[in-house]
Amino acid sequence: MIDVLIVGGGGAGLRAAIAVAEADPELSVAVVSKVYPMRSHTVSAEGGAAGVIAAGDSLDEHCYDTVSGGDWLCDQDAVEAFVAEAPRELIQLEHWGCPWSREADGRVAVRPFGGMKRERTWYAADKTGFHLLHTLFQTTMKYGEIRRYDEWYVTKLIVDDGRVHGVVAVEIRTGHIETIAARTVILATGGCGRVFPFTTNAAIKTGDGMALAYRAGAPLKDMEFIQYHPTGLPFTGILITEAARAEGGWLINKDGYRYLQDYDLGKPTEKPKLRSMELGPRDRLSQAFVHEQRRGRTVETPYGPVVYLDLRHLGERKIDARIPFVRELCRSYQNLDPATDLIPVRPVVHYVMGGVHTDLDGATPIAGLYAAGETACVSINGANRLGSNSLPEILVFGRRAGTAAAAFAQAHRQAEPPAVHAQGEDERRRLERAREGNHGGDRIADLRERMQHTLEGAAGIYRTGAELAKAVDTLAELRERADGARMDDTSATFNTELINLQELHTMLDVAQTIAACALNRRESRGAHQRTDYEARDDREFLAHSLVYRAPDGAPSVGLLPVTITRWPPGERVYGRD
Amino acid sequence: MTEPDAVSGVDGAAKQAGRGANEEGEGTIRRVTEPDAVSGVDGAAKQAGRGANEEGEGTIRRVTEAKHHEVRQTTTRTITLEVTRYRPGQDSAPVLESFDVPLMDDWAVLDGLNYIKDQLDGTLSFRWSCRMGICGSCGMNVNGEPRLTCGTFFTEFGDGPIRIEPLKGFPIIRDLVVEVDDFLDKLRHVKPWLIREGEELPLTTEHAQTPAQLEAYKQYSMCINCMLCYSACPVYVLDPDFLGPAAIALAQRYELDSRDMGDRFDMLNLDEAVWGCTFVGECTKVCPKHVDPAEAIQRYKVTAAMRSILPWSRR
Amino acid sequence: MTTAYRPPRDHAWFLRNRNYTVFVARELTSVFVAWAIVFLMIVIDAVLNGGDPAAFAGQPWVIALNVVALAATTFHAVTFLNLAPTATVIRLDGYRLPAWMIQGGNHSAWLLISAVIAYFVLRTP
Repeated sequence: MIDVLIVGGGGAGLRAAIAVAEADPELSVAVVSKVYPMRSHTVSAEGGAAGVIAAGDSLDEHCYDTVSGGDWLCDQDAVEAFVAEAPRELIQLEHWGCPWSREADGRVAVRPFGGMKRERTWYAADKTGFHLLHTLFQTTMKYGEIRRYDEWYVTKLIVDDGRVHGVVAVEIRTGHIETIAARTVILATGGCGRVFPFTTNAAIKTGDGMALAYRAGAPLKDMEFIQYHPTGLPFTGILITEAARAEGGWLINKDGYRYLQDYDLGKPTEKPKLRSMELGPRDRLSQAFVHEQRRGRTVETPYGPVVYLDLRHLGERKIDARIPFVRELCRSYQNLDPATDLIPVRPVVHYVMGGVHTDLDGATPIAGLYAAGETACVSINGANRLGSNSLPEILVFGRRAGTAAAAFAQAHRQAEPPAVHAQGEDERRRLERAREGNHGGDRIADLRERMQHTLEGAAGIYRTGAELAKAVDTLAELRERADGARMDDTSATFNTELINLQELHTMLDVAQTIAACALNRRESRGAHQRTDYEARDDREFLAHSLVYRAPDGAPSVGLLPVTITRWPPGERVYGRD
Repeated sequence: MTEPDAVSGVDGAAKQAGRGANEEGEGTIRRVTEPDAVSGVDGAAKQAGRGANEEGEGTIRRVTEAKHHEVRQTTTRTITLEVTRYRPGQDSAPVLESFDVPLMDDWAVLDGLNYIKDQLDGTLSFRWSCRMGICGSCGMNVNGEPRLTCGTFFTEFGDGPIRIEPLKGFPIIRDLVVEVDDFLDKLRHVKPWLIREGEELPLTTEHAQTPAQLEAYKQYSMCINCMLCYSACPVYVLDPDFLGPAAIALAQRYELDSRDMGDRFDMLNLDEAVWGCTFVGECTKVCPKHVDPAEAIQRYKVTAAMRSILPWSRR
Repeated sequence: MTTAYRPPRDHAWFLRNRNYTVFVARELTSVFVAWAIVFLMIVIDAVLNGGDPAAFAGQPWVIALNVVALAATTFHAVTFLNLAPTATVIRLDGYRLPAWMIQGGNHSAWLLISAVIAYFVLRTP
C-alpha cells in the first residue's frame, strides 16, 4: 500500500513528492502522471515567480497586491501564508539548481509584473516554468523512494466512508487497469483550460483532478473565475508572456494608440510603471480589449479580432536577453520578428482561479484527499490571479500538501477496507466496456468542440444570466451524449482515444460547474463580469461559490464566506496616483 | 452503427482497410505506401473523407480541436500525409497509411495529425501536448528528419506528400509512439541534480551566481528531452548502450554549474559515454533548442583527457 | 510487456542521410592518414639503412597514392580544425569567442608550422 499517491507530475505534484520524501524516507510515495513529468504544463509558464526579496518590498505589499488583484475574493489567511513562504520556496529551488536570472553581483534578479506594486518577480529569462519543472523533475531523481507511474491515467478515486483509499488507473502503454491502494492521495493535475476552444493551455489540461474530486463528493470552489490572458497569439493561442509588457512592451489598437489609458488604468509613460497601463491586472486588460472591439478599434484577422503588442522599441538586445522565448515563438509560430514587427494578440483563456476546495494544507473535506496547484482553490487567487503568483503557489502549496499528507499517512496505518476491491472492479468493468468500442454516437472531437463553444459563448469575458442558463442545459445534454460517444479504438496498447473519451467526461463535468457557478453569482467581480449585474455585490457575494455534485449528476451551488484578516474590501485602483 | 456492413463513414472505410490488410497478409503493404497507388489505404482514406461528407451538411465540417475555427473544405486543397501505423498483436511490422488532410497555410504537421485523429481515424496514436515547442512530446520523423511536429509547418513541403514516422532508434510502442524510458534511466544515471557538500545554506540565502557563471551552463539547461538528438545519432541507433547526447549535455549542465560540487567523471569518461561519440554532429543539427549536445560531449572529452593526463587536476 | 516493435539493424544507415555519408567519408580518410605514417616510416627506414628513399617514393603508384593521400589528409585536417571550436569554448570577460576566430587561429598555426617545416626541408644545404 502506498502512503502518499500523487496524481499529476507537474510543479505541484513533484514539489509534494519531494516534501514527502524529505518528511520521512520510510514513507512510500508515488507520482502517477498521464504524461512523463517533464511534459507537464508547468513547462509552458514563461514570465516568472513572485516572492518578496528586494530591498524596499514587504510581505504586506505582496499581500495587498494579491488581495486587491483578486477583487477581495482571496482568503486572506491563505494569502498571508503564501506570501510569507513564497521567497523560501524560490530560494529552495535555487538551492536545487534552478537557473534564475541574476544581477551583476550574483544575486537573483527580479522584474516588474502585472498588478504588482514592486519588482518581485523572479525569472529564468522567459522560460521560468520550464526551468522550474526540469529542476524539480531532475531533483526528484535523487530520491529513490519516489516511484513514478509515467503515462498512467487515473480514472477514479476510491472513497469509502468519507476517506480516500486509493485510485484506479490505466497504464496507457499496456492498457493494464490497476487499483492502486493508498493511504493518502494528492491531486495535482493542473487546470482545465481545454474546456474552452481558445486557450494557452496544453492538450493535457482537461481538469482531471477537479472532476475526480467532484465525482468523489468533494466540492469545487469558485469555478466561474476563468482568467483570460490579454496576449495570446491568434490561431494557436500560444502565450506571449506578461514579461514582454513588464520589460516595456505596449498594447496598441489599430490606430497605434495605447488604448488602456481609456479604461481607468493610468496614463501612458515611456518606461513601464508598476500597477499601471500595460502592467494592470489581466482581467481588466482583457475586458478593455472587448470594449476596444466594440468600438471598432481592433484589427480583423481570419482568426478573430486582434490588437498589437509592440516590442520594437525595446531593441533586439533587450529582447534577446530578457524575453528570448517570445522571439523564438513569434518567429516559429507566427512568422514575424518582434524586434521589427508588431505582434498580433488577443485575450485567451489561461488559468482557472477555482478548483478543488481545500484548507491551507491542501486538505479537502474527504479525509486523506489533498489538492495543490491549479487543481486546487485554497484560495489565494480570488476572482483574478496576478501574473507570477501561480508558480510560487504550486511550490508553497505543493510542499504543504506533501507534508500534511505525509503526516496523515503516518498517523493512519490501518489496512484497506474491502470496498476498495469492489470499487476497483466496478471501475475496471466500466473501462473495459468502453474499450470494447462503440460505433454509433457522436465523435469525441465534435462533442468536445460543442462543449468548448458553448462555454466560450456563455462564460467568456462578459456573461449574461440568460446565456449561462442555456449553457447549463446544453452542457447537461452534451454530457448525456458523451456517454454514447463513438469509440473506434479497441486496442489495449496506447489507446489514446480511450483517454480522450475519459478526458471528455472530466471536461464536461468541470464545464458544468463553471456554468452553474457563473449563473449563480449575480454580481461582477474580477474575471467574472455579468452584463446583467454590473456591480460588485459584497453584501451577498463576498463569498466563494462551492459546488457539489448532486446525486443526479447535476451541479449544486452554495456559498462560503471569504476569510478577511487585515484588508477590508475596497476599490481596485490601478494607474491613479 | 446500425448496419455494420454499410461502408458509411470513416469507420467502415477504416475497417475495410483493416480487413484488406488481413487478407493481404504479412509481407504485402497494407494500405498505401506508394503515393501513386490509389487503391488500398488512399482509397480508404478518400472514402473516409466522403463518408464524413455525407454525414455533414454538404460540406465537410473540419475543425481542428486546438484551433477554434472551422475549415470549410469545399474547394480547399488537400495534402497527403503518409503516417506510420503499427498495432502490436495485429501488425507484424509498421506500415504506412495515407490520409488526405486540408492544406492550410498555417497548419503544422501536428495539426494535420490532429485532424486525422478527430475527423478521419480516431485510432491513430501519437503524443502531443503544449503545441509550442517546449514540452518535448511530439518529436517524430518528418520526411526522414527528426522534428517537433508542432513546429514543422505544411508550407515547408509544397504539395506533399509528407511522410510521418516514429522517431528512429527507439522501439515502437504503437503507431507514432516510441519507448523513451531508456533515456530517463540514463538521465538518472548521470545524477542530474545539484550535488553539494557540507552544510546547506539556510532558506533565506541564495547562492551567488554571476551572469557569466550562469552563462557557462545555461545553454545545456535548455534541453527539453524531446529525443530528437538520440534519433539523429547513428551511434545510439546502432548501440543503445551509448549514454547519448541529451544525457551528456545535461550532465555537463551540472558539471559547469558554479554551485555544483559533484564529479561525474566516472560516469562520463567511458566508452559508452563521451568516448562513444564519433562526432557526427547530427544531434546539434536537429536540436530544436540550440543546446548543442555535440559541443557538450567534445568539451567533456577535452576535460576527461586533461584529467587523465594530469591526474591531479580537478575541475 | 515486450510488444514494442524493434526495427532490425540498418546496415546501410550511412546512406540514409547526406550528413551521415559525409561523416563516413571523412572517417575513411583516416586510412590515408595511416598511410602517410607508413610512408614516412618506410622513407626513414631507407635513410637510416642507407637505401634510396627517392627510388621508392618516385614510383608512379606511390606518387599517385600520395597525391590522393595528400588530398584526403588535407580534407581531414581542415574539417578537424573547423570542428575544434565545438570542443574548446573560450570566454573573454563573458564574451564567447566566435567559432571563426578559433578556426582562423587553428588554420594560421597550421600554416605557420607547415611553413617552418617546409623551410627546413626545402632549404639547400
